[in-house]
Amino acid sequence: MPQRINIVCMSGTREKLQMAAMVASVAAVTGDDVTVFFSMNALPYFVKGHAAEAPAEGELGALIAGTSVPPFKQLFRQAAELGDAKLLPCSMAMDVMKITAEDLEPGIGPPTGLTSFLSDAEGGQLLTF
Amino acid sequence: MNQAKVIDACNSFCPGPLMELISHMKRAQVGDTLELLSTDQGSVTDVPAWIRKVGHEMVSTEQVGKVWHIKVRKVK
Repeated sequence: MPQRINIVCMSGTREKLQMAAMVASVAAVTGDDVTVFFSMNALPYFVKGHAAEAPAEGELGALIAGTSVPPFKQLFRQAAELGDAKLLPCSMAMDVMKITAEDLEPGIGPPTGLTSFLSDAEGGQLLTF
Repeated sequence: MNQAKVIDACNSFCPGPLMELISHMKRAQVGDTLELLSTDQGSVTDVPAWIRKVGHEMVSTEQVGKVWHIKVRKVK
């Protein structure tokens, strides 16, 4: 049975972005119905022109930097392309950053409020990174 | 029996090899055999788990040196 997996991705550190991307991509390609809600410090990485590298918060994050671990942005993209995951930017974070949907990278959207995200997430699993 | 298409995902880490396999699987024809080369130990259990869940077929798993050769067949 497909599960509904909702991921709140809010940290801007490499480890948390990586883990969120791993869970999202593997769950999505395995047939689960995956929605990722990007807010707070995670959202800027999906604004056009922003650096793709996130700072490590600890030992593993530092180790990942020198390896061929798939980049988190690639995994999120594969979650959407290969597994139909939805990648939703938080409209509140967009307002604070003074950006519009056009400022975000392709595949990220539409801007979504917390009320509709939570209402769609009802009954499914909710994971926070 | 047609030749297996080889996907070299050596040196990539989880879930890189699985994602490589899946993106090739999407483009393959039903009946095609794909051979994934991976140095990621997790692939040995993750690929069969994915194949089982999604409903394709495991053909064989073999380790040659440090490289795992994982053969799967697309069945739908």
